[in-house]
Amino acid sequence: MGRQAVVYAAVAAGGALGSVARYLCSVGALALLGPAFPWGTLLVNAAGSFLIGLYAALAGPGGPLLPSPAARHFVMAGFCGGFTTFSIFSLESLRLFEAGATGRAGVYVAGSAALWLASAWLGHRLARWLHPRAGRR
Amino acid sequence: MTELLAVALGGAAGACARFWLSGLVARRLREIFPWGTLTVNATGALAIGLLSSVALRPEGLAPEWRGAWLALAVGVLGSYTTVSSFSLQTLTLAQAGEGRRALLNLLASLALCLGAVAAGHLAGARLFGG
Repeated sequence: MGRQAVVYAAVAAGGALGSVARYLCSVGALALLGPAFPWGTLLVNAAGSFLIGLYAALAGPGGPLLPSPAARHFVMAGFCGGFTTFSIFSLESLRLFEAGATGRAGVYVAGSAALWLASAWLGHRLARWLHPRAGRR
Repeated sequence: MTELLAVALGGAAGACARFWLSGLVARRLREIFPWGTLTVNATGALAIGLLSSVALRPEGLAPEWRGAWLALAVGVLGSYTTVSSFSLQTLTLAQAGEGRRALLNLLASLALCLGAVAAGHLAGARLFGG
């Protein structure tokens, strides 16, 4: 396989794994917490943002990990990208709004955005704590 | 097991489509603003809005759409769009002293994706009489 094909295979494999993990989290959250609020999507989007913040710093300049391009894309574009979802988040917000739960829709949108960014920042901070030279720009 | 396979195959296809299109847009525009991620997220939201107008009813998923929904919405479109890249790129902009661009990316992403899913849903209801 050419180098480009290896990268696409890595993205596909990571995307498949991430999507299945997201689906299982959503099914689990629905069973445990009920359908009133999209907890599953909120959780996977926050966790995926944390993971990419952590990994990008550890695998970037000054970090201790030296992954091949395929390994890096497997984790970032593949797994984290497949695990998190902006489309389902958008649809859930619309469904809450349409069902008349305007307050919950607003909390979901604002809370999600705040949690995603805080999670990516926390992942980055953890990488710096584990390896002080990681993530320097 | 069939359900997981449908999500996995859809997820693999969606991830590759995102990787290809976001890379293409980013290379063409060569700007520090993450246009590639914004493009996939907005188009994915539009598509899931369209699909939802035929597959979703007020009480939930139409039973005959279950398999297609798992493959196309949970798999392909779920994986085609991404929050992780959005978060990382917004954080990177903020850390690079581009606070205004970071804020613009946040507001534009939310406004475009929420607008796109509503537009897709309305257009689908008109087109397919949902």
